[in-house]
Amino acid sequence: MGYMLEIKNLHASVDGKAILKGIDLTIGPGEVHAIMGPNGSGKSTLAYVLTGREGYEVTEGQVLYQGRDLLAMSPEERAGEGVFLAFQYPVEIPGVPNTTFLKEALNAQRKHRGETPLDAMEFIKLIRRTIKDLGISDELLKRPVNVGFSGGEKKRNEILQMAILKPTLAVLDETDSGLDIDALKTVADGVNALRTPERSILVITHYQRLLDYIVPDRVHVLAQGRIARSGGKELALELERTGYAAFADAAA
Amino acid sequence: MPDSAPVQSFVEQFDALRGELPGAALPWLCDLRAAGIERFASLGLPAPGVEAWKYTRLRPLETTDFLPATAHTVNIDHLPTLLPQGGIDHRVIFVNGRLMQCLAMPGERPEGVELGGLADALRRDPEAVGEHLGRIGAPDGQALLALNTAMMRDGLMLRVKRGVSVALPIEVVYVGAAGPQPLAFHPRNLIVLEPGSRATVVEHHIGLGAGAYFANSGTEIRIGEGAELHHYKIQDEGAEAVHVATQHVHLEANALYDAFTLTTGARLSRHEVSVRLTGPGAECHLNGAYMVRGKQHCDTTTTIEHMAPRTSCREIFKGVIDEQARAVFQGRIVIHRGAQQSNGHQLSKALLLSNRAEIDTKPELEIYADDVKCSHGATVGDLDRDALFYLRARGIPEAAARAILIEAFLADTINEVAAEGLCPALMASIGHWVSSATRRAAS
Repeated sequence: MGYMLEIKNLHASVDGKAILKGIDLTIGPGEVHAIMGPNGSGKSTLAYVLTGREGYEVTEGQVLYQGRDLLAMSPEERAGEGVFLAFQYPVEIPGVPNTTFLKEALNAQRKHRGETPLDAMEFIKLIRRTIKDLGISDELLKRPVNVGFSGGEKKRNEILQMAILKPTLAVLDETDSGLDIDALKTVADGVNALRTPERSILVITHYQRLLDYIVPDRVHVLAQGRIARSGGKELALELERTGYAAFADAAA
Repeated sequence: MPDSAPVQSFVEQFDALRGELPGAALPWLCDLRAAGIERFASLGLPAPGVEAWKYTRLRPLETTDFLPATAHTVNIDHLPTLLPQGGIDHRVIFVNGRLMQCLAMPGERPEGVELGGLADALRRDPEAVGEHLGRIGAPDGQALLALNTAMMRDGLMLRVKRGVSVALPIEVVYVGAAGPQPLAFHPRNLIVLEPGSRATVVEHHIGLGAGAYFANSGTEIRIGEGAELHHYKIQDEGAEAVHVATQHVHLEANALYDAFTLTTGARLSRHEVSVRLTGPGAECHLNGAYMVRGKQHCDTTTTIEHMAPRTSCREIFKGVIDEQARAVFQGRIVIHRGAQQSNGHQLSKALLLSNRAEIDTKPELEIYADDVKCSHGATVGDLDRDALFYLRARGIPEAAARAILIEAFLADTINEVAAEGLCPALMASIGHWVSSATRRAAS
């Protein structure tokens, strides 16, 4: 006991095609792990399996979250239990104001945990404080969710949601892709602010750059649907020099 | 050949009633009625063989004997109102097609506004009614409007004199009170806005009782030069009702017709509107939203004719169709020769919530002028799965996530409504439908 997340021999397929082929990974409370790997190695599939997206079929293995069967829960239950995914491609929802969305989400999670919902005033106070801390313009709040947002704004909006929802396990799926250095720092600050001994973070990335700002405890290389190598933060730097070619070959 | 039995039944009803219908002593009106019943008898009930009725079959009319509704009163204290002021506006109530009450706010009623029932107006000033009744539009092929013309008894009579602006909305409640027998009534409305005048009319159709009734209304609207009519309709008829509304709107130069229709009621409904933009600069907004489920059938058929230069129209209809319900959208925009520099925009979007739900959508543009801007689009889809997952991944339960997406889909049609005071009631009506739909889905 005591693990935040235990992934045991996880196999998953999409449209009948095997993508994850036996992943073993254990994350303890308070730890930050990074998963790196070439395109097509299964990084996003892992993120979606952990959050319960339709069409991602687990064919073998087990995932325990705080000792409980994560895969048996619906996406909304997982979220209510504290699992959060920062999407690689945040979805646009026309007609739904960002603030309304955040309030619905927060209060749905509070309800799930048996807490009273925040009223409008309490929520506005929380959100004002949070956007100030993150340096996000309040103009983003009024617009429909992600509609007309730039790539950087979408990623900041994911971090805003994370900061409001305060997950116990945050999975960041290539949150750094397409970001300039300022946006990257905002994202990193948001993640680092969440680092406590009770929370765990799984950072999925293609590049080492983000890991300069979010320093991981462990780094894993995902190749061909398996963890090909694990190490400390120095492994990320090594990958930056050597690239992924060696792993693609080794796993093939 | 259309089945003649129901047609025969209506013709017999007319023959039995013709002597006691309002205006029986007015030769012009008797002629109008006689021409109506003759046209109805020769056209018969609309059948799928008629192009305009290809997707809507009036089965309840073929199989049910609807008797003429007699005078009926209901307790109006409990009738809902859609307006935020709650009863301090002008309010006209019809029960089974007959005027029951006309409340106009004395202090607010400006000079130059005639508001009341058509039957009263025919008694008081038949010439003024005869100037317009049966003269707006070209209803030659419309059998049910012809039936309405023959059988009409009463309906809204609104006339706003030149330059007069009616500040408060006029709420018109049409109550369908079902009886032990299926009933038919044929309300006839006449709205005349003289040049430079302005009014807002909110039609609210509701049903009382569980039985079947046939509300077959006809509406004629004339909007004079520079006049402005905002016309909102909420159709929430009883579950077994057949609601057919045939409407003709005539606009003169620089006039505005701004209409929105929200449809949730009736077993079978047809909302058929023909708009003629006859003067330069005339403008029309014809928008609506519909939400149907069960075995409901909802037909929206519109024709907008641009007959003068620099006329414009904007038409957006959005619908949500659940269970085995079926919707029809037929939208025709005609830009006549000479209607240069006109522009038209039409959009029909439907959301199918079940794999047994159906929509037939038929946009038609006919353009005979070369210097015009015209666009149309039609989409049919399911709820966006990516958006649904995104909401659920943030902890919002599936039913609530679906409700959020359905409401968001319809909300932007409400934003087209110019009378802001009405928007909360319309949104509430949508919210109510959506939450009961998602409850049904969950159970």
